[in-house]
Amino acid sequence: MSELLLPPEHRYAKIIKERHNEDGSELSILNLGPTHPATHGIFQNILLMDGERILEAEPTVGYIHRAFEKIAENRPFYQITPLTDRMNYCSSPINNMGWWMTIEKMLGVEVPKRAQYLRVIVMELARITDHLICNSILGVDTGAYTGFLYVFQFREKVYEIYEEICGARLTTNMGRIGGFERDWSEEAFRKLNVFLEEFPVAWKEFENLFERNRIFIDRTVNVGAISAEQAMAYGFTGPNLRAAGVDYDVRVAHPYSSYEDFEFSVPVGKSGDTYDRFCVRNAEVWESISIIKQALAKLPEGPYHADVPDYYLPPKEDVYTTMESLIYHFKIVMGEVPVPVAEVYHSVEGGNGELGFYLVTDGSRTPYRLHFRRPCFIYYQAYPEMIKGAMLSDAIVILSSLNVIAGELDA
Amino acid sequence: MVEPPEGIVGEGFFATKLNDVVGLARANSLWPLPFATSCCGIEFMATMASHYDLARFGSERVSFSPRQADMLMVMGTISKKMAPILRQVYEQMSEPRWVISVGACACSGGIFDTYSVLQGIDKVIPVDVYVPGCPPRPEQIVDGVMKLQELVKSESVRRRSSPEYQELLASYNIK
Amino acid sequence: MALENNEIQNKLTQTFGDKVRNFHQERDLFSFEMDAEINTAVILFLKNDDALRFNFLTSLFTIHFPDDPDVNRQFAVTYLMHNWYENKRIRIRTFISSEKPEIKTISNIFPAANWMERESYDFFGVDFKGHQQLKRILNMDEMISHPMRKEFPMEDSGRTDKDDRFFGRTTINL
Repeated sequence: MSELLLPPEHRYAKIIKERHNEDGSELSILNLGPTHPATHGIFQNILLMDGERILEAEPTVGYIHRAFEKIAENRPFYQITPLTDRMNYCSSPINNMGWWMTIEKMLGVEVPKRAQYLRVIVMELARITDHLICNSILGVDTGAYTGFLYVFQFREKVYEIYEEICGARLTTNMGRIGGFERDWSEEAFRKLNVFLEEFPVAWKEFENLFERNRIFIDRTVNVGAISAEQAMAYGFTGPNLRAAGVDYDVRVAHPYSSYEDFEFSVPVGKSGDTYDRFCVRNAEVWESISIIKQALAKLPEGPYHADVPDYYLPPKEDVYTTMESLIYHFKIVMGEVPVPVAEVYHSVEGGNGELGFYLVTDGSRTPYRLHFRRPCFIYYQAYPEMIKGAMLSDAIVILSSLNVIAGELDA
Repeated sequence: MVEPPEGIVGEGFFATKLNDVVGLARANSLWPLPFATSCCGIEFMATMASHYDLARFGSERVSFSPRQADMLMVMGTISKKMAPILRQVYEQMSEPRWVISVGACACSGGIFDTYSVLQGIDKVIPVDVYVPGCPPRPEQIVDGVMKLQELVKSESVRRRSSPEYQELLASYNIK
Repeated sequence: MALENNEIQNKLTQTFGDKVRNFHQERDLFSFEMDAEINTAVILFLKNDDALRFNFLTSLFTIHFPDDPDVNRQFAVTYLMHNWYENKRIRIRTFISSEKPEIKTISNIFPAANWMERESYDFFGVDFKGHQQLKRILNMDEMISHPMRKEFPMEDSGRTDKDDRFFGRTTINL
């Protein structure tokens, strides 16, 4: 298929022609992706290589562009949540909660403390699963499959907790405007407590497996380092920025959902290399565990959703038996309830950084414009810069340590 | 252990149809090529991991090279930009090859009824088994693989050179 | 001491006069409008001024207002900036014409704007003057139209399975 090959007028062809190595060797072009076992998700990078060294990289994205923003302009608010699930599918509850909070900010809905704390718990669970997948896959890419198989079991445990809360495993579509669809069951809390007992032991083992491992250290230290200034210029947020030594965290800068009630530290790295990113994510998992424990200990009694009958779906028993509830259910789902004309920006600390929602409404049933600030999309553009001069195998490790999620990147 | 195919057992020999033996062998050593693009890929990870363990069905070795794979598992949204690449991967696979389309997006475009998403991979390549769900649970993916095993077992060894099959490929413009 | 809204406003109006206007508090965002031709100057000023220090470009995106009677206000390029020292966000909006949507690039000020501008170009066809590599990013290069414009339909026009006859949308079922 000729259209997949590099055209002859490509700038790499010129560079190859002009450059003459002393030993007579030539430069070569390597096409990495879009289907490559090591590119988790689908990105294409056309690399200009001098032997094993990467001289330049040209990234192409958009291979799973699904037009989220266009769909969002054609869907009522409740029907947009399933889209947010599918953005960063490693940590869908964070996306869901971020979206609910954006709508609540627009409507001015006050969420009860209990619902806020439950949200914090589920968001931190999602962060654990997100970092867990990223770090264990980093292990796979450096040649250690064991870590992945070992900690992935605990992702299953978290899925079970999600199932107790909302019925779904991966794409959760969890919650409602103003809170949750139902109070958490006893079973959910039981499973959560079991998880909190078992997981730290396994995570400690996982850490021990990697953190002082000679091979892992050799593969990751000083690989793909980025300075704090550069990271900020390239719009890094989240663990990747913190690994470079900047302690910016949306949970601290603009606390949402009662994050100000909890004691936690923001772990930072120093050099911004792959090893630091790994360690920062590890440390964040510990912080998340601590936040969940605090939230469970302080969990107040009370309603699990705000009293906003205009936006909160009525309980199913009523929908099936009473006329009013049925009408309300229909109206809310179809977006026939009044919304103010507004523009709001709300951001949450997603698994990869500042996940922002910029919502413009014109009072109709759908958003006028919804822009997602997707952290992956913004920091992935630094990737060519980061792999310049690195070995090919380093490029793979750097990519997986950045935790680029294709669904979020391409939107 | 699998059941032996129907045949005649005697002292020191077992006679059966070639079709059955080949089918049995193929069905229990399907090497998957995971073409994972999005959310369903994460569920495939779960399927491959220790809890669900797809290796029990003879699919231990995940082949990332299309040349060494029998079973193309397309998981996740395939956009129009990606479609030619999917097709090229399919063309690179050697016969016999089977395709499982995992998830609503791969089957029909799913919730992404938009200008950029291919509305079902069967627009560009022939599909043997469809697994619905958004994303399907690992049990469903395993079920899809088992359904494919049934197909493979009963497939005639001559099918791939039959005119019907050539016609099918020709209808997709695949040589 | 926290950075106050009127301090920002004073500094900006002192420097740019009436080319910056419409200062207001939009929920938790302090916002203002600027003329399209001074966008790089304003962004640079906001970034480098010793008191303002808006060091981080959070987001950049475009909104399409096809119903606006003024053809010069149909595209709104919006910048979200963030001062991490004082933890202050700001929204800057500039309107450009839909007949010839052009604006100067800020990708030389913030490298992060590079792909955001390409995204805006891809979706809306906004021409960012001076951009190093302004080409489509998410959609295929062969695409002609700009899909996020309001007139562009969401659904794929080439679909065959959404035949109106099968949905009872036509009166004559052939």
